[in-house]
Amino acid sequence: MIKPQKSTRIVTLTIDGREVSVPGGTTIWEAAKSAGIEIPVLCHDPRLRPVGVCRMCVVDVGERVLAASCVRQASEGMKVRTSSDKIHTCRKTLTELLLSDYPAESRREGATGDDMLLALARDYGIDRSDIAIPAGDGRTQDMTSPVIAVDHAACILCDRCIRACDEIQHNDVIGRTGKGYGTRIAFDLNAPMGNSTCVSCGECAAVCPTGALTNKTLTVQIRPREQLKKIDSLCPYCGVGCAITFHIDPDTNTVVFAEGRHSPGSESRLCVKGRYGFDYAKHPQRLTTPLIRREEFYPKGPLSFAVKGERRGKPGGLVDYGEVMPAFREATWEEALDLVASRLKGIKQRSGPSALAGFGSAKCSNEEAYLFQKLVRAVFGTNNVDHCTRLCHASSVAALLETIGSGAVTNVFSDVHNADVAVVTGSNTTANHPVAATFIKDAAASGTTLIVIDSRETGIARHAHHFLRIEPGSDVALYNAMMHVLIGEDLVNHDYIRDFTEGFEALRELVKKYPPELAEGICGVPAATIREVARVFGRANAAIIFWGMGISQHTTGTDNARCLISLALLTGNIGRAGTGLHPLRGQNNVQGASDAGLIPMVYPDYQKVGEPATQKKFEEAWGVPLDPNPGLTVVEIINGALKGTIKGMYMMGENPFLSDPNSNKVRKALANLDFLCVQDIFLTETAEFADVVLPATSFFEKDGTYTNSDRRVQVGRTALQPPGQARLDWQLVCEIATRMGYEMKYAGAEEIFEEFTSLAPSYAGLDYHNLSPTGKLWPCPDPASSDGKQLLFGDGFPTPSRRGKFVPVEYQPAAELPDDEYPFVLNTGRLLEHWHTGTMTRRSKALDAIEPEAVCELNPDDLEAMALKSGDYVNLSTRRGTITLKVRASRGVAPGNVFVPFHFREASANILTNDALDPFGKIPEYKYCAVKVAPAQPPA
Amino acid sequence: MSESIHPAVCSAQPSQRADKNPDAPLFEGAYKERFDHILSRYPNKRAALLPVLNMAQELRGWLSPATITRVAELLELTPDYVRSVASFYTMFQLRPVGRHLIQVCIGIGCDLCGAEEVVEDLLEATGTRIGETSRDGKYTVVEVECLGACGFPTVVQVNDKVYENVKPEDVEGLMKELD
Repeated sequence: MIKPQKSTRIVTLTIDGREVSVPGGTTIWEAAKSAGIEIPVLCHDPRLRPVGVCRMCVVDVGERVLAASCVRQASEGMKVRTSSDKIHTCRKTLTELLLSDYPAESRREGATGDDMLLALARDYGIDRSDIAIPAGDGRTQDMTSPVIAVDHAACILCDRCIRACDEIQHNDVIGRTGKGYGTRIAFDLNAPMGNSTCVSCGECAAVCPTGALTNKTLTVQIRPREQLKKIDSLCPYCGVGCAITFHIDPDTNTVVFAEGRHSPGSESRLCVKGRYGFDYAKHPQRLTTPLIRREEFYPKGPLSFAVKGERRGKPGGLVDYGEVMPAFREATWEEALDLVASRLKGIKQRSGPSALAGFGSAKCSNEEAYLFQKLVRAVFGTNNVDHCTRLCHASSVAALLETIGSGAVTNVFSDVHNADVAVVTGSNTTANHPVAATFIKDAAASGTTLIVIDSRETGIARHAHHFLRIEPGSDVALYNAMMHVLIGEDLVNHDYIRDFTEGFEALRELVKKYPPELAEGICGVPAATIREVARVFGRANAAIIFWGMGISQHTTGTDNARCLISLALLTGNIGRAGTGLHPLRGQNNVQGASDAGLIPMVYPDYQKVGEPATQKKFEEAWGVPLDPNPGLTVVEIINGALKGTIKGMYMMGENPFLSDPNSNKVRKALANLDFLCVQDIFLTETAEFADVVLPATSFFEKDGTYTNSDRRVQVGRTALQPPGQARLDWQLVCEIATRMGYEMKYAGAEEIFEEFTSLAPSYAGLDYHNLSPTGKLWPCPDPASSDGKQLLFGDGFPTPSRRGKFVPVEYQPAAELPDDEYPFVLNTGRLLEHWHTGTMTRRSKALDAIEPEAVCELNPDDLEAMALKSGDYVNLSTRRGTITLKVRASRGVAPGNVFVPFHFREASANILTNDALDPFGKIPEYKYCAVKVAPAQPPA
Repeated sequence: MSESIHPAVCSAQPSQRADKNPDAPLFEGAYKERFDHILSRYPNKRAALLPVLNMAQELRGWLSPATITRVAELLELTPDYVRSVASFYTMFQLRPVGRHLIQVCIGIGCDLCGAEEVVEDLLEATGTRIGETSRDGKYTVVEVECLGACGFPTVVQVNDKVYENVKPEDVEGLMKELD
């Protein structure tokens, strides 16, 4: 399909006597807006395709009848009048007609106070009591959605919600039903909103001009914006990093509601988590005082039944504070911080620096991540610092560093628009990166051929032109076969291979061994389909590749990523518009936390540990000698704790008990630590093993920069005051460092960012001032005038040879294959509504209401064979443990597979998962192990 | 089927030709041929929606959620869109209807000439309310906007057959004819 080109023609017209020049194709409404003339409109929003159904925007273009300015295009020499008696009368009458059966109380006017119809009524001085007639039959209210109130009586059928749902978010839930006066908006096949396939992104409520679709109150009563404080910040959840304006009630220190804010990365779009998941910060279970473990609770061990692994008591979604809190006593900051510093110092003196380790978090800001790794490296004296990136994209980054010399994405996700072909593989994009998915769906609807490759038929697969359901763990075979076809049919870019790559010969030899017929036997995709998709990919002028945990979380994760990189190198799809490699980052600051050096083998900005010049640079900057040896990774540190070589740990915002594989092993490891300090906003499962718990600040309570999946560095601003005695994370790191004898003092996050950017060349030139309001992409050589570099590596790679390297790999099966005893394949992942270990989202009213309990998904055919149905309980067992949870039938899951989300402590997926590691990325195989399914009784 | 018949032309007598097995695949055999033929007449699948819905209703008697979803799949549209279209036309039934679908015009002409009374008498005679199907599965009375015969109010259409100038006193005879 040929993509529409933007017009380069300029037309000049006169609007209210003023001459205005605009590009051809611009509507009168847009042209007027650009000249500062506002034309009232109800059905149009600049983010939507104009439809001209409300007729409020009519203007006089000198024709017999008035023209709707939102759809009529400006033409050369056109003379437009936007106001006259005739136009006024026309608009006023329209308003009166719309108001005639409008409800007396508009839900929008009663909340945010911005009902556009009532505003027009005021402008035209309409007295509603003169015209009001009762609303007709069937115009009812629908309160079934946990987050959105539907009042059909206030609907003016402007079509905005339908277009927002279809064309911005591409969820296709809202349509219409009936005709004439009986017409209403309808969800799916006219289901109540709460029972429909609505994903609660709230885009419809955001664009609705009347009281028909409004947000329900989640914290304190929603009030007009003018009465609230506005904070321009970011979403605290995923790596898309959507820009948000939080509306704050300063009296109660509460976020009242959230709205999408314009930014190149998110274009005001949000998903359910961003729009409705902000209330966890005010949850009564927030930690507010430092806690020290009581004497009688030594030797250490898990405190709650759930963490002990016993199935007693009522399974719950949250840590039972009543069960855990008695083990701790409240302490002063002085006592707690002194204890942490002296115990860590003691371990360092007795057992050496390498007995200490720290886990940072990809939820922390760049500043916090930078300071944390500085603490571990300069004060603890070891490189044993890692974080949850190890568990998500470590293998992708290992492959990217090895082949193209940089772990960063080579292009932003919204550039998928310019791609002829987009490949999405191992990514449940609509659930895990919902707003990035909207751009991909958008592109797929307007000319980009979308290829989705996954073992599950996920939401994004519905939009695919080619969906390849592969056998779990067979990625390498499929990609080798695709490359076999590309090379065999000469669909490769010879110039690019010659000028920008090395190692092509070896790749060509290896993939010769993978004809599609062979791959078909391994990955289950018909050879003809492999050929067809390879040709589609090979013939594209521009192709972009997105991938997620389905690629990386395997023992062959690095191999999988190497294949994808080879595909891009082979076809020259890097460094141009619409091309690129984009591993979709999970947490809001995965990219930044890695950039800031929360990685055991590299200093900030991927400067290698062990290179003498680099070491010298950081020794000079930090004023202390540094350990020349790379440190241990997450799973290696846990193994070290189990063996007793790691004795003391400091965890900032991580919850490895739930997030790391093989929980039964993690339990023993954590209990085995001599000293554990946990710094978090809630009492986590991991905190049950702590000696000291430090109450930290949530995303909403601090300034900091966060780097999204696109490399966009953005500023998150303080929206709320921290509860009780909770303190800023960076201040706690400074306190501990200072008490351990290394003075750390900063005036604020900004000063830390300054120090970090001075040591990280990729961030050079960025500061809080030039990052406002919508951030910059790193590298950004000229922050004053540019948004940063969108496309990387168009002219070679940051490798010694300046070339990208092909690394051919053989297919290898997963570490633990199904057998007679464990016949199913277990896959783990996330749900749209929940975030990782659930500490935030399960304390968010709306998100918890939508997905309140642990579930696993199986194919209905498998369920039928076991005489099970949706809602029944099953036991899932692997060689490492058993969990009991409800089952849900899903055609998206292939027969023989089980999908378990890992958010739910009462049925923790990681009791089951295999901690076998990828040899390069050291990432565990979360996406594959053998499992047994058996019917079970509901837990007592 | 004969090439001379426009593929959009289907019987408007829903349940008379209705397929008795609602779980069967939607278009098979001759219906599959007709489906393919319909598609061949249009530039894209979306354009074929109305005739395909017509045929689906002919086959199933009404457009159930399952039928709508299946049509959406076949035409690569979203179910909400297909239902939006189907719900716009009174000739598409979104609920199961009786063997005799009695459509009474309540357009302005018929309304002025006493359509309301005709409707009331029909409801009384069939023992139903608007849109309901009688217990014996024989009758469903619905009001429709305009049947395009404004010169002969009140207009009543029973399945394919149009009755003109129906007065309340004609209802009894009409019912007898249907029995």
